[in-house]
Amino acid sequence: MRLGETAPHDTLGMTTALMPFAAEPPVINEAATAFMLIASSMVLLMTPGLALFYGGMTRSKSVLNMMMMSFGALAAVGIIYVLWGYSMSFGNLQDGTSDIAGIFANPFHLFGLSALTGDDGPRLIDPFGVGVFIPEYIYVGFQLTFAVITAALISGAIADRVKFSTWMTFVVIWVTIVYFPLAHMVWGGGLLSGSENGLSAKLFGSTDGVANVLPIDFAGGTVVHINAGAAGLALAFVVGKRIGFGKVAMRPHNLPLVMIGAGLLWFGWFGFNAGSELAADGVASAVWLNTMVATCAAAIGWLLIEKIRDGHPTSLGAASGVVAGLVAITPACGALSPVGSIILGLVAGGLSALAVGLKYKFGYDDSLDVVGVHLVAGLWGTIGAGLLATSTGLFYGGGGEQTVLQILIALISLALSFVLTYAIAMGLKATLGWRISEDEESEGIDQAEHAESAYEIGGFAASSGRTTTTRPAVPSEQAEGANA
Amino acid sequence: MKLITAIIKPHQLDEVKEALEAFGVAGMTISEASGYGRQRGHSEVYRGAEYTVDFVPKVRLEVLVDDVDSSDVLEVILKAAQTGRIGDGKIWSIPVDEVVRVRTGERGVDAL
Repeated sequence: MRLGETAPHDTLGMTTALMPFAAEPPVINEAATAFMLIASSMVLLMTPGLALFYGGMTRSKSVLNMMMMSFGALAAVGIIYVLWGYSMSFGNLQDGTSDIAGIFANPFHLFGLSALTGDDGPRLIDPFGVGVFIPEYIYVGFQLTFAVITAALISGAIADRVKFSTWMTFVVIWVTIVYFPLAHMVWGGGLLSGSENGLSAKLFGSTDGVANVLPIDFAGGTVVHINAGAAGLALAFVVGKRIGFGKVAMRPHNLPLVMIGAGLLWFGWFGFNAGSELAADGVASAVWLNTMVATCAAAIGWLLIEKIRDGHPTSLGAASGVVAGLVAITPACGALSPVGSIILGLVAGGLSALAVGLKYKFGYDDSLDVVGVHLVAGLWGTIGAGLLATSTGLFYGGGGEQTVLQILIALISLALSFVLTYAIAMGLKATLGWRISEDEESEGIDQAEHAESAYEIGGFAASSGRTTTTRPAVPSEQAEGANA
Repeated sequence: MKLITAIIKPHQLDEVKEALEAFGVAGMTISEASGYGRQRGHSEVYRGAEYTVDFVPKVRLEVLVDDVDSSDVLEVILKAAQTGRIGDGKIWSIPVDEVVRVRTGERGVDAL
């Protein structure tokens, strides 16, 4: 994912075998391919993990809807990624065709991806140009799982209250207009990458077609977390507060689910970060370790803030700290030392623990703190990489250029995602509408949108009833009344 | 006959049950309840947001007894349920018109 970026290799004192001018046909690197098959599967697991993480935090009457938003995003984005998503983000990577103003590539260039099997079998790709060739199919698969989780992350901002059909429509439009272009800009050689037409080359100059100062976003601080966080903020504004927000208790209904979810996210995140090296090598190993320690430090950081401020270190705090640390280290994991990662993580945990209170102060209902965790830790991780990168970071005597560049790519991603998401959300508000009715919201969205309940609450009364073979013609509200 | 109802702390239940058995009470019914008295509830903090939980979990215990035993049984429950700390609960008794054992149809004191 670090297209054209070489800094982490130098940082870690490892040499990269540069490909001589390719005279022979490329040969598949089977170790890297096996690694990417596993890494992609691990990233996939993050979305069901997120469903548990978010699901446990909602009230018991809306846990299924919360989890369905993740599974729905998984199903929808999985399909459209193959149809036009990959083409828009990375379609021009292999054959060097030009993109559209550095913003996105032709959506129909590789539409459906049948072009990925050529006369010699599945096409190989070496996105970083370092001589490690993997089948393009698994590169697509890896990138697909990123698009899925980014869309799913947003759902936490609008828990308990939106029509499932509007959410699904939003996901399709959002990944097309916001995610695929941003992924192209940062990773596909577009405006925010280190290419000679990118922002950095314009600001700080370029040498031999590569920017002198390379933007650092190893695994998706901008594309995934700032993007999802800013989108969540925009949606929270447009969709509005839940009934009773700030007045009635909206406690997490199942903290063990939250902790299982955080554990699955942590596990999958190793595929996310280390897999972004696209090779089973020394950098991937360093990334693994940096991801590990930053996450540990962030959990500690969050708990320390809680202990001092609220008196108790909580399980929700530990789970949230884990996620904040994972978010923060995501852009930085290839550029930092392990000790730098601990510092980055510690600050991330503390910052996010403080930031989750902002929604009450400013009165927006970002229900599960997508802003407080993903946007804040994503901003910090992206900017912190400029401070703590061992080769070019400000704290390592690398001057301020890297930090300035990091701030710029962070803010541009933030602004771009917020404005575009706001526009999409307003469009959907005027057409499909976002909110379920007030009665449905009070009764619980699981009943209203999915005609299911997650648990038998109420013992005998809830488990009694009879099987009907035909669906009642009355609206669900009346049917419920009859059962009660 | 009397119906004695006690609202007690859940973790005092075993002690109360054993004391009642030792006294010779043949049966009882319990249900999970939530409530508050002078104790009020407690507060919980989630991501820095504090919630006051008023209703705390309690056990509601019901025993049917003959009139002559009612004050003794009440005393047995009182002794076993008491911790001296706030939130120990309440006990009350009310008169009962009729009791029927469903299996045999026995009525009154015979049904106890």
